[in-house]
Amino acid sequence: MNFLLLKRLRVGLSLFSLVLLALLFIDFRKTFPKEVYQWAVSLQFVPTLLKTITVTGAASFGFIVVLILTLLFGRIYCSVLCPLGIFQDFVSWFAGKTKKKSKYKYSKAWTILRYSILALVLIPILFGSITLVTLLDPYSLFGRISTTLFKPVVVVVNNVFAAGFAKADIYNFLYRYDIVPVLPGILIINTIFLAGIVLAAFYRGRFYCNTVCPVGTFLGFLSKFAIFKIVLDKNNCTKCAKCAKVCKSECIDLKSQQIDYSRCVSCYNCLTVCKDQAMSYKPVKRSSFDKPVSLAPKQESKQKRLVADPSKRNFLITGVIGVAALYGFKSADSIPVAKKPKLIVPKPKGQSTVPEKKTSPVSPPGSRSVERFNKICTGCSLCVSACPTKVLQPAFLEYGLIGVMQPHMTYRKGLCEFDCTLCSDVCPTGAIVPITTEAKHLLQIGQVHFEKKNCIVETEKTDCGACSEHCPTKAVHMVPYGKLFIPEVDQKICVGCGACEYACPTTPFKAIFVDGNKIHLAAEKPKTIKAKSALKEGEFPF
Amino acid sequence: MERRKFLSSGIGAGIATGAAITFGGIDNLMAGNAATPYDLIAVRGGEPDVMFDKAIESLGGMSQFVKPGQKVVIKPNIGWDRVPERAANTNPILVKRIVEHCLKAGAKEVFVFDHTCHEWTKCYKNSGIEAAVTAAGGKMVPGDSERYYKQVEFAGGSKLKDMKVHELLVSSDVFINVPILKNHSSSKLSISMKNMMGCVWDRGFWHKNDLHQCIADFLHYKKPDLNVVDAYYVLKQNGPMGVSLDDVITMKSLILSRDIVAADAAATKFFGKDPAEINHIQLASAAGLGQMDLSKLNINRINL
Repeated sequence: MNFLLLKRLRVGLSLFSLVLLALLFIDFRKTFPKEVYQWAVSLQFVPTLLKTITVTGAASFGFIVVLILTLLFGRIYCSVLCPLGIFQDFVSWFAGKTKKKSKYKYSKAWTILRYSILALVLIPILFGSITLVTLLDPYSLFGRISTTLFKPVVVVVNNVFAAGFAKADIYNFLYRYDIVPVLPGILIINTIFLAGIVLAAFYRGRFYCNTVCPVGTFLGFLSKFAIFKIVLDKNNCTKCAKCAKVCKSECIDLKSQQIDYSRCVSCYNCLTVCKDQAMSYKPVKRSSFDKPVSLAPKQESKQKRLVADPSKRNFLITGVIGVAALYGFKSADSIPVAKKPKLIVPKPKGQSTVPEKKTSPVSPPGSRSVERFNKICTGCSLCVSACPTKVLQPAFLEYGLIGVMQPHMTYRKGLCEFDCTLCSDVCPTGAIVPITTEAKHLLQIGQVHFEKKNCIVETEKTDCGACSEHCPTKAVHMVPYGKLFIPEVDQKICVGCGACEYACPTTPFKAIFVDGNKIHLAAEKPKTIKAKSALKEGEFPF
Repeated sequence: MERRKFLSSGIGAGIATGAAITFGGIDNLMAGNAATPYDLIAVRGGEPDVMFDKAIESLGGMSQFVKPGQKVVIKPNIGWDRVPERAANTNPILVKRIVEHCLKAGAKEVFVFDHTCHEWTKCYKNSGIEAAVTAAGGKMVPGDSERYYKQVEFAGGSKLKDMKVHELLVSSDVFINVPILKNHSSSKLSISMKNMMGCVWDRGFWHKNDLHQCIADFLHYKKPDLNVVDAYYVLKQNGPMGVSLDDVITMKSLILSRDIVAADAAATKFFGKDPAEINHIQLASAAGLGQMDLSKLNINRINL
């Protein structure tokens, strides 16, 4: 086998994955059709697993492909599919270019910590919280970091160039873009994660993947049973340590001449550096793995067993929890909502006086209910990135602690366009179920409320009507009010798109706003009357 | 569709124009490249581009407005992510024709923009205006970022003293306003004056500070050199966006005037309302920004 070719294939594929996903998360020009989004995330482990469980009849079996790949070749997901893993490789590569004496050396596995984290991630799911999966799923983490940290940088650079072109009356090449500021809480969390991961990758390669990442731990356990493995030929090995120096996972132990397969991410770096024909990649029989013929002293293998045992025990426990957790997801659809009403009160300062009485945040159209959404969404931000109107933004505490990083409808930032279903088209987890435009027209995600005491028409005694102007169904319409016209609402035909709230000019409180439906409801179709003109053909009215 | 294609093609337009001149009477025959005495042209019964050909000819041609080498900005209504038949945006065939006339008159560049309400790339695309303008040799300009707007101060307005307007308004030589006539929940009707709201960044300020007065006040800053009111499809109810096709009537009309208030007064009549009912028209007329009394205008009525 040509190992150099194999490694180059790995590098090529991983770069493709990284660039593609980074582009999707950073793109602000709606460059890609929804099919590209769907295709690009079709092999992401956690999202496709969730989608298969939560969306009835959804054929997203990407996670099965990942499982099969892992059982065949080891942690292929980690090396060529996981954007966060590949990003770390990029950092490591950069570190290798800058550091004088880089290179890795073998380190012991943090086995108990790894499995504890995996268990910690899975246990809360039993109680209906996906928060830790949201925080630690590597794909989602990468998505959030890209959207909230990388994208603004790209936009700033874009705007500088676009401004330059605009000065020369060139508008068709680049355009300026206003980014929605990221909430400080979200910025801090994502920056901490990014800083931690970059530091770990800079000094210790795939340390994060082999210590913290729950997907890494799970696939690591699985990859022990992989058919194809890196094999170290003890007879040929001269312990020159070339392999250990390039091993990002720091999993080649030259003392015992063992490879910790739970940490090996199948990067194939070691294969290409060995000059002694001691490294190979080939099918390994289970038995030869279980009872390695070791040249190392006895204590070494004893120590190894001590390490291996808790790993298996832990894994069994986590496995049981995991299966139970999956049931937790499945029941998410049917669990009734019983959450305490939450009050969103902006700070007063100025004209309008009555705070908006919102009892629930608004979850995106297709999420069916706030509770269901909170239980499935991993907060990857793909919908946030795809949303053309910027109305979808990551929540901090709007949903409560349970929904940190999960997107919600921010009608202060934008309106949900009547005909747009992009978030539901791209959602990789099924937290937002795909819906058609026709279905969306009759879907009520929240209800409009009018507060006359805040309304311009009432306070300033002048016409306004911005709310009704933007209403796609005329659930908000204008009725005579003395010499003026004032809004009147018909909640039955309201879809909760928030256009009225977005357009309402009053500050600090809106005179019209949408309160979320905890469980999404059906909206009635607006009644229409055929318009007529009094003017005859060819007639002039003056 | 076939018929529209035929008419929009050069030969079709040529034949139609020729026929119209023949049947259009003495006024049209006299219309050359010299200025004509008309204050307002009203056209009925043709396709949008053909009606514009007739109307601009009746005002002495586009060369009355655009001189060679000038930079032209055209402001249609592209506010909504709606197809042309829904009558929420200006007819793309009309916009295309205007761009062609400007370039023929020697314009160095013709820019088209709007500060849209819906997401701008979708509005530009689904309105058909982006494709029409690009095909005619004009350039679409974004209006979606505050960074495209420049602070201007001006005297005369009672509520509006300064605002951020699109940089093209500041830098262009010729300003052509191409609204669509439609019902509007805020301003009752949206025509030429209301269309100016898409030139500014902070529309909320207008809504908050006496909408009708602000619409009139804008004219103290700038009045378009030419107003072309598209009344081919007219959104008769549920404006400015419309709920369904039931809201739209086909009126096949077009109004052309240098006077923005006159254009709006005439369009209001077409809609079936009295200009005095529309506050901002009344306010602008009272401030001497234009003439809303149609009996004082020299009007050319063209029936195709």
